[in-house]
Amino acid sequence: MELDLLKALNADRAGRRAAILVTDMADGSQRLIRKSEDFSADPLAEDLEKRFRSGKSGLVSHETGEAFLNVSLPAPRLVIIGAVHISQALVPMAEIAGLDVTVIDPRTAFATEDRFPGGALKAEWPEDVLKEAPLDPFTAVAAVTHDPKIDDYPLMQALRTGCFYVGALGSRKTHGKRLERFTEAGLDPALFKRIDAPIGLDIGASSPEEIAVAVLGSTIAALRKAPGAGS
Amino acid sequence: MPATDSSSIADVLKTAEDWRNSGRSVALATVIETWGSAPRPTGSHLVIDSEGNFEGSVSGGCVEGAVVAEAVDVIETGKATTLEFGVADETAWRVGLSCGGRIRVYVEPVT
Repeated sequence: MELDLLKALNADRAGRRAAILVTDMADGSQRLIRKSEDFSADPLAEDLEKRFRSGKSGLVSHETGEAFLNVSLPAPRLVIIGAVHISQALVPMAEIAGLDVTVIDPRTAFATEDRFPGGALKAEWPEDVLKEAPLDPFTAVAAVTHDPKIDDYPLMQALRTGCFYVGALGSRKTHGKRLERFTEAGLDPALFKRIDAPIGLDIGASSPEEIAVAVLGSTIAALRKAPGAGS
Repeated sequence: MPATDSSSIADVLKTAEDWRNSGRSVALATVIETWGSAPRPTGSHLVIDSEGNFEGSVSGGCVEGAVVAEAVDVIETGKATTLEFGVADETAWRVGLSCGGRIRVYVEPVT
């Protein structure tokens, strides 16, 4: 591999951009295909599309021989809005499950290093944090503050950017009002069915810790059972 | 939504870039095909320098030694090669995968 190509690939990985390194097994030539760019003219376009969906690397046959497609997708991430009791349980559980976790809450009474040791915490408004680290399809969002001033913006951003999981805490009545606000804000109502509300798997969760299990279960289900995953 | 491996392990591709930037000669080994119960998935990497130092894994320890030896040759000749390991190849390579799987590994110089 040429060093410049390796640098470009590493830059894409650091920037959470999906890419595939194509190696022609006949002559060793390589090229980097980015998901965000138009690759429809590539002779392997169909295979590339499939591999971006499945996330699986592998050999493919083409007219003049074989090519190896090494797929690089960003690591799955969970952004939790609200440094509340549920989040205190959810952070370590999600980290054990292999997710990169961020907790965002501008309320400094909740967002303390004592309650959230380990650097996952951002004691800022979601608007500011998400400007620096935008949401993407490889990110899950769980909004658990109960406060529309904090939850609404990241939830709408999660729907707009195609986050793989979007969960919102609150009763059906609270959620109904939320959707009215989202409609007023001009969000496409077709996106609303993507919101998991009431949040989490229906396991009768009652305590904050149990709700955390339910939320993590829903997140993993969205990650692993999505159309195309594992195909 | 598909997902990559957990990123908790050492970042082999970043190591390859860092080693190359510091002037070391480097080869990159990649698992390109697996059969049976291969220990590491397709796409796994091992980075090797001309002294035989390495990071990462292509088999969880079974065949790394052989890959490293081959990679040192690849660095010298500048020519990529494909290796195959498995129980059936024990006599050819003197190493095998205890799990009974088979893997193909592509070894290329980083130029």
